[in-house]
Amino acid sequence: MKEIKSNKAPLFHVSKRNDQTLKSAILVRTVAIVAGILFCALICAIIFKTNPFRIIFELFNGNFGTERRIWMLLRDTALLLGVGLALLPAFKMKFWNLGGNGQILMGCLATVACMFYFGGKLPDGVVILMMVVASILAGAIWAVIPAIFKAFFKTNESLFTLMMNYIAAGLVAYCLNGWVKTGSGVLNPLSDANLPEIVNPYLLIILVVAVLTVFMYFYNKHSKHGFEVAVVGENENTAKYVGINVKKVVIRTLILSGAICGIIGLLIGGAMDHTINTESAKNLGFTAIMVTWLAKFNPLMMVLSAFFIVFVTRGMGQVQTACGITNNAVSNVVVGIIYFFIIGCEFFIAYKVTTRSGKTIGQLIKEVWLSFIALFKKKEVKKEELVQNDDETVTKTDKNENGEVEQ
Amino acid sequence: MEKNFAVVFQNITKRFGQVVANNNINFGVKKGEILSLLGENGSGKTTLMNMLSGIYFPDDGKIFINGEEALIASPIDAFKYKIGMIHQHFKLVDIFTASQNVVLGLKEKYNLKSVDTRVAEIADRYGFEIDPKKKIYDMSVSEKQTVEIIKVLYRGADILILDEPTAVLTPQETQKLFAVLRKMRADGKSIIIITHKLNEVMEISDRVAILRKGEYITTVDTSATNEKELTEYMVGKKVDLKIERVATDFDRPLLEIRNLTIDKDDGSRAIDDVDFYIRGGEILGVAGIAGCGQKELCEAIAGLRPIKRGNIMHMGEDIVGLSSKEIIEKGISMSFIPEDRLGMGLAPSFSITDNMMLKTYRDNKGIFVDRESARKRAQALIEKLDIVTPSTETPVRRLSGGNVQKVLVGREVESNPNVIITAYPVRGLDINSSYLIYDILNEQKKKGTGILFIGEDLDVMLALCDKIMVLCHGKNMGIVHAAKVTKEDLGLMMTGSRDLTERTDKEYGKAKDSNLTEEEWQAAERSAEEEGENERN
Repeated sequence: MKEIKSNKAPLFHVSKRNDQTLKSAILVRTVAIVAGILFCALICAIIFKTNPFRIIFELFNGNFGTERRIWMLLRDTALLLGVGLALLPAFKMKFWNLGGNGQILMGCLATVACMFYFGGKLPDGVVILMMVVASILAGAIWAVIPAIFKAFFKTNESLFTLMMNYIAAGLVAYCLNGWVKTGSGVLNPLSDANLPEIVNPYLLIILVVAVLTVFMYFYNKHSKHGFEVAVVGENENTAKYVGINVKKVVIRTLILSGAICGIIGLLIGGAMDHTINTESAKNLGFTAIMVTWLAKFNPLMMVLSAFFIVFVTRGMGQVQTACGITNNAVSNVVVGIIYFFIIGCEFFIAYKVTTRSGKTIGQLIKEVWLSFIALFKKKEVKKEELVQNDDETVTKTDKNENGEVEQ
Repeated sequence: MEKNFAVVFQNITKRFGQVVANNNINFGVKKGEILSLLGENGSGKTTLMNMLSGIYFPDDGKIFINGEEALIASPIDAFKYKIGMIHQHFKLVDIFTASQNVVLGLKEKYNLKSVDTRVAEIADRYGFEIDPKKKIYDMSVSEKQTVEIIKVLYRGADILILDEPTAVLTPQETQKLFAVLRKMRADGKSIIIITHKLNEVMEISDRVAILRKGEYITTVDTSATNEKELTEYMVGKKVDLKIERVATDFDRPLLEIRNLTIDKDDGSRAIDDVDFYIRGGEILGVAGIAGCGQKELCEAIAGLRPIKRGNIMHMGEDIVGLSSKEIIEKGISMSFIPEDRLGMGLAPSFSITDNMMLKTYRDNKGIFVDRESARKRAQALIEKLDIVTPSTETPVRRLSGGNVQKVLVGREVESNPNVIITAYPVRGLDINSSYLIYDILNEQKKKGTGILFIGEDLDVMLALCDKIMVLCHGKNMGIVHAAKVTKEDLGLMMTGSRDLTERTDKEYGKAKDSNLTEEEWQAAERSAEEEGENERN
């Protein structure tokens, strides 16, 4: 006990923020994203033995370099966002739907099957109508099976939906086996009964998802169904207590979730690839989980998070091409690191870290930033501010010393 | 002077964000005294004690232990300074024995036999009754509490903090606990006890320290004060401490329950063949130690739990088997405040507005919810009940316990029910908020609503209720008039030592002016039994 010399606080002190503001949250996230990109640029520069600014340049070049690249960025964002919107109500209900891939694949399979069997034989309009209905049904069925088991037998939905992914992939492989007579397992793009192009091959997908986004925003925030979903997710006991039929809500919501995945499958099969393979879902079902969580289940924020994830992924693809690396490993590492920064910054949004001197990390960063500016620009105004800050620190230390003297 | 003090707080300040939980607190606890820490909800008692036990670290100020400045940065440090805290919710491993729980987490080597002897020694010394080899799951609540206390004594604690220790005890058990505390005081230990019950404060403590809204108000000698004065310090203004029992004309029975039998989740019996009824304009209290079927009873009436046997008649209509939605529509409102206060009836991360909407969101036409009118109702409720909140859009999780309960009870009352089932509505509430809730219930009673009040504090139930039904292990021990019974009688019934239903020929819990005739009851019973038979087959 004698060893304790003075009343010093622990070096770092973590406390919960009660005063989170939108401004500080945005600031923290921006800092995290910028820091993540800079850090990754540095790592890439070391690996590829080039300068970090080139990496950043290629990152943007890969996304905005040509008009086609911009369209593709928007289309990929739309697809990812669409799947995120599908998962959203399920996740809000704390139903962990990990079967996005399978549901997309089934939607896609239903679409391609219609195109394969009826394309050219029936008028395109009729086939397209069949495609829409079939894909929505297929996706919904794939999602509602685990939901029924969850509602009535309390099975674990994560494992169940996950397993459904493999069955879907197996079904696709089986169909391809029958459809492709050469035995190569590769179905050539089908030319009949494709979804119509608006202006270019990308805009249709973007428009459909835009409509979906608005729909899901109102569904989640303002509809009675959305309210019930939120109550069930929040507290099942409360839901039962206020008279909500929990089983019905679980099943209804998963039908919606699966149906939207089916629509994404329709877009992939009918408007983009015009064919199918076991990887047609492009792992969107899992990537979209990130989209919903990063946006904290807010459909409008999901637009940003989906955009950002696609931006980094596509940008890194370009970085690799430019640096002549064909291995995907570096790209994956970088994407992982940036995710780490973004998820990690949530800690600083929810908690305040105070150092022993009584300043928060944010204040320290601000001070470093100010002195950084002062160093480079040497403006008188900034200097004065700094001096003022120093003054404050000095008075604080004085107080501490006085306190110690008093004992 | 500081030598006489076991603990001294000097200028302690603790902030959470912009909220100042403790502001410049200065007081001390003498060696060998029992000090009550008194204050309303949110006055910073628990925050202060958490700083003493190493869970929080003060932003400012110093703590002295035995005259020396102490740095308590973790619970391990607190243990080094011989400070032990007994929390409100027990932290015990169910399948371990008392002794095993006592030594759990100790780094030193021990052998269980010698631990048993030491535990028995400590128990003897202070007058605890405990079998060191008994498993926790076999223990009553008061035995579990004993284990918690022995746990900190075994670790050599000289300064004990007890957070609302009597909330879960019967009057008899409370007396035993107080006897033990007095022996500890005689042994030179310093004890800080947090409680809301003023009569206990007067009985057990030597001095009382009072906090109000994070500020330290004063410390008074218990012998030189009275309950009224303490309340005034606590609330900051004069308060009438009398709970009113409103006289009303009792109507016909609204809710009649016969032969009700309910099982718990684990298949054991929760409620065993219970008969009772509630009239309009009547408050029927339900007394019983924690976990003797209160929760299951509430859930069964609200249609959330299937019953094994029996009839629940609402104005002559059988409501067994109806969905909870249909039961709500009949005007039966149930509010159950669980230990964590947020478990049932509210959605913690929803705003007050959305919580107001929980039971009424279906009422308007169309596919969208009507948040605007809910917001207005939330605003009205905030004004009527003085709910402290930044806005109607604040998540209820961020409100203090008292305000959360006001939202819940307020919403239930607002729906204009004819039967209110309310369990622990004042659980953990301070005086002001509690009285507000009593007022709300009395107002409903005047309107002719039938109220089932499941409570903890017998003093309150004796003052507020018209009749009290006592449960012991799910059995009805008798229904008594609150005005003609004493606390001691209730205590004996709660522990099962006295069973009025055995002694008299009078039939308990069956209304003479029932909505149904005897024949109809018999028919209802038969059909309920047949249904049960069918289910079993």
